[in-house]
This record gives sequence, structure tokens and C-alpha cells, in this order.
Amino acid sequence: MSENNTIIKLENITKTYDMGETKLEALKGITYTIKRGEMMAIMGPSGSGKSTLMNIIGCLDKPTKGTYYLEDEKVSTMDKNRLAGIRNRRIGFVFQNFNLLARTSSLENVELPLIYSNVPAKEAREKARQAIKQVGLEGWEEHKTNQLSGGEKQRVAIARALVNSPSLILADEPTGNLDTKTGMDIMEVFKSLHEESGITIILVTHDPEISDYAENIIHIRDGLIEKEDRR
Amino acid sequence: MKIFRTIKVALKALGRNKMRTFLTALGIIIGVGAVIAMVSIGQGAKKEIEKRFSEMGTNLLFVRPGSREFRGRHGGGGSYDTLTDADAQAIIEQCNLVQYVSPNVNTRVQVIYSNKNWNTSIYGVGDKYPLIRNWDIDEGAFFTEAQVKTGQKVCVLGSEVNNNLFEGMSPIGQVIRIKKIPFRVIGTMKTKGEAMWFSQDDVIFIPYTTAQTRLVGINYVQSIDVSAVEGSDTAEAQEQIEELLRIRHKIAPGADDDFNVRDMADIQEGAQESTQILTILLGGIASISLLVGGIGIMNIMLVSVTERIREIGVRMSVGARENDILLQFLIEAIVLSLMGGIIGILLGVGSSKLISQFAGMETSVSLGSILLAFLFAGSVGVFFGFYPARKASKLNPIDALRYE
Repeated sequence: MSENNTIIKLENITKTYDMGETKLEALKGITYTIKRGEMMAIMGPSGSGKSTLMNIIGCLDKPTKGTYYLEDEKVSTMDKNRLAGIRNRRIGFVFQNFNLLARTSSLENVELPLIYSNVPAKEAREKARQAIKQVGLEGWEEHKTNQLSGGEKQRVAIARALVNSPSLILADEPTGNLDTKTGMDIMEVFKSLHEESGITIILVTHDPEISDYAENIIHIRDGLIEKEDRR
Repeated sequence: MKIFRTIKVALKALGRNKMRTFLTALGIIIGVGAVIAMVSIGQGAKKEIEKRFSEMGTNLLFVRPGSREFRGRHGGGGSYDTLTDADAQAIIEQCNLVQYVSPNVNTRVQVIYSNKNWNTSIYGVGDKYPLIRNWDIDEGAFFTEAQVKTGQKVCVLGSEVNNNLFEGMSPIGQVIRIKKIPFRVIGTMKTKGEAMWFSQDDVIFIPYTTAQTRLVGINYVQSIDVSAVEGSDTAEAQEQIEELLRIRHKIAPGADDDFNVRDMADIQEGAQESTQILTILLGGIASISLLVGGIGIMNIMLVSVTERIREIGVRMSVGARENDILLQFLIEAIVLSLMGGIIGILLGVGSSKLISQFAGMETSVSLGSILLAFLFAGSVGVFFGFYPARKASKLNPIDALRYE
């Protein structure tokens, strides 16, 4: 049963960047297991390797060594196209700078993952509306992204991350470009998502106020897990 | 991702920047338009020539004297004086594929009627000349075989000469002076029009016998016009004539002919070839602008890829595969160039109409050239769009997302 409860299993993950003459070891062997339905945070100063870890967990990058299981599937050896498929169906990203398509309506932005998983147009529209409703942006569907405030943009981004019902949401400094008040609002969105649908959420941040929302925090320093903070 | 969706995505991306889309397509628009307009001019010239030739008659053969060599000196074509009216007679009698012959003796003189004068070509021809040339009599009659045989001083006027000397008055029965010799006008020819650079109607016809004795003072003929029997192979008729003349002129086997026979197909081929060259030249110059248009598309697509690296990163992060990105950018380029192609075709057809309207040149737009231009525009899109699209699809999602 413990296997079913595990969503992510990292075994001795290392990542080495070849910088010509020198080699940069960004991750020096991370072993960790994340349970399904957890809301956890990865913390660490810049240069600690937390972004590298996030990229690997998000299937945007492959580890140099080590094995990564996502829902019992070994993703560390998959090719680019299969990784794209994994990102499409299992992972939702929320970025610090929103990363929405410019001059495009909220609805179309939210639909984007569905386009790449061949969901029929009508069904995609319906799902996108549902996701927008879920983040409390009903009525903003037709607004272009440049007409939205920072908080609203991040809500659209969260809706996009949700729309394909992923197993995991990865949020990289989701409040970094927002003022404190809006940031807290966004964190409330994550919190209620987590509480209502029990989705696994991984927050990557250096802000203790954000990591306070997590049930579980790991601190990364110099490519290793420095300490774990379970609450 | 289904192709239809990808097309929709590409159209939306193009729609987001309409001005740029239009300016990018402009290169293709002008290129395709220019190709179609230029080729239509070439095709028009070709058609015009074909029309002229068929008016002249397609079963025509011309017998001309060859070039003579005398003590190492070559004369020009036609310098032999061995072609006679007896040859012409023999051709009509002995070659069964020949229908009509007309020996020709031409000169150019001043003609006078009352107080007017005009310098024109005198064609001394046989009585079958109008039949050979498909040329109808307007008024009166052409001279008869008997009038040719007896060397009568009668003439038939081309319409231009008629207009210049008689200015609308009926010339039939009037007497004009050709090289001071009086000739009675017995008929006029219908207007035939311009042939390339000279007017075919600026001419007076007289019996070739009269031209030989009264005007030129020779006893041979300068050329013989022959028409082959309708529907027969002119090449075969040509062989018959050559064989006959070699015997008549006692030319030893292997020796050069003192004459040559050309059929209309030879001459038409020559003319066709020059219009073909014209078409290729014009089309070639216009294709360069199409090529430049293609390079314009590549340039803009490359700029567009760089500008949209973030967008590509976002698409990849939500699950776009390499092929999805490749296809999106490729389709954008193809849509751009096909759109340009369609507008260019309209522009080309329109301007070829304008050219024929205002420049008085005949133009002809063929379905083939439209299809070709369209296909060419499409392949320009594929060819010049592929490199930028591939570049986009090979981006690393992490770098693309972080790109500032």
C-alpha cells in the first residue's frame, strides 16, 4: 500500500553541468519520497540547486545519475517526447513570472494543455471554464492576459496547471512577483485546492511565509538535502 | 495534436500581429504577382505569333536559292540564280503532295498615281498566291493564270497602298505607274495586319512574269512559295521537292544543294523559341523576387522564433512535443506564403489584364501558371519555414522558459 501512497520517489539523484574545463555539481545525490496529497515546500538560497531539483521533478530536465519514479513510472530514462506527454497529463506548472501567452484570452491560455492532449474542442472549452471557475475568475474568460492584474494572471496560470487534472502541481516562487496581500490570496487558492481536491502541491521558494503553508519542508543547500522539517 | 488544431493555432498566432503578417506576405505577393504577370506577357506573345502563323497558313513551304560559293567567296543566302519558273512548274506537276505553287520576284520601287506617290514593295507572284497565303480579295479579282503567262501589266493593291494612293476612292480600273510603267488596277486585298515589325498590307501584287521582264530584268525567280495538300505531312512534301530539285539541278549525291526548302513549322519553331526565351527570361526575373520573398519569410520566422522563445517554452512546459512546435511554425510559414500566393495570383491576373488594356500587349494567364505559382509559393513556405521551425522545436524547455 505504501507504493500507492507514494507519488514521487527520488533515488540518489545527481545533476552535473559540464562547463567546459570544470564540472558544476548542482545536485549531489538527493534521495527523497513525496507522498500523494502532500503540500510540501522546497526551500533554499539561490545557487543551492533547488531550481535544478524542481526542473527534474517537473520532467523539464533529466538527472545525470539516479532514478526518478513518478507514480511508479521510471521517468528518468524517458525520451523528450514521452517527457512532454508526462508534463502534459501529470504535472501542472505555476511560474513566478506567470508565463501566459500574450494577447491571448484567459480561456485560451487555460485550454493550452488540452490542445496538446487531443481533447475535443468543445470538451476543452468546458474544462477550461470549470478550471477558471475553480480559481475564482468566473467572468474573466474572454479578457486578454495583458488586461489582467498580477494576481489575476497567477490565477489563470493556476487554472492552466489544473485543467488537465494532473497528479502534481509545481509552483516555482508563485508569489515572487506579487505584493504581500495578493501573494497571500494566491496561497489561499493553493490551500483550498489542496484541501478540496487533495492534489499534491510542491512549492519552491525562499520565503518562510510561503513555506508556512506547507505540511512538510525540505531545505536544500549545496546540492544536498540539509534538513527536513515535518509538521 | 491534430493538424486542424495546429492550423488554428498558427492562424491565431499570425492574427496576433496582422501588420507584420501582411508585410511578410508582401514579398510573396509581389513575387507571385510578378511571375504571373510576366509569364502572361510571354504567353500572350506566343499566342499572338501562333495566331499570325495560322493566318498565314500552316501548310506553307518556301523554296529559296542557297548560298553560292565562287572561288572561295560565299555569297549570302539567295545568291544562286538557278531557281526558275520551270522548277515551280515541275514541282506542281511532279510532287503529289503539293497543291499550289507561286514563283516570286520581288522588288521595291516608287509608285505614282495622279499627284500622289508611295514607296512600296512589289511582289511578283503567281495566280495561286492568295490561295497559298489564305488571303482574300476585297474588291475586284486577282490576276489569272493567262494574265501571268502573257505577262500582263495588271496589279492588285494591298490595303495600305490602296489607302495611301486612292484615299477611299475605288481604284478598280485606274492606272498607276510602277517604275514609270503603267499598270491597271484589277483588285484589292483585304487587310492582313502587322507581321512582327512590318505591315503586310504595304504591297502591290503583279504577275511574276511581268516583274521579271519589266521591273527587275531577270529570267530566274527569287523564291517559290508552295502549299502542301491540306492535311498532308509538310515534311514529306518538303522531301519530294528537295528530291525533285536535286535531279533538276543535277546535283551530285553528297554535294551541297543550291537551294533550300523550309516549311512553316521551321519558321514557327524559330519564332516560338524566341518567345519561349522571352517567357523564361521574364519569369526568371520575376522568380528572383519570389525567392527574395521567401528569404523575407525565413527572416521574419527566425525573428519570430527568437521573439517567441518564451511562448515556445510555455507550450513545451504544458506538454507540446518537438513535432507540435515544428508543425506550428512550419504551418505559420506555409499559411503566410500561401496567403501571399493567393493575393499574388489575384494581383498578377489583375495586372496582366491592365497590361493588355493599357499597353495594348496581348497577355494570357494560363491555369497552369497559376497552379505553378501557387505550388511554388507553398514550397517556398516549406523550404524557408523549415529551418526556423526546426530551430524552435529544438529549444530546450528550461532555457526557453528562462529566456529574457
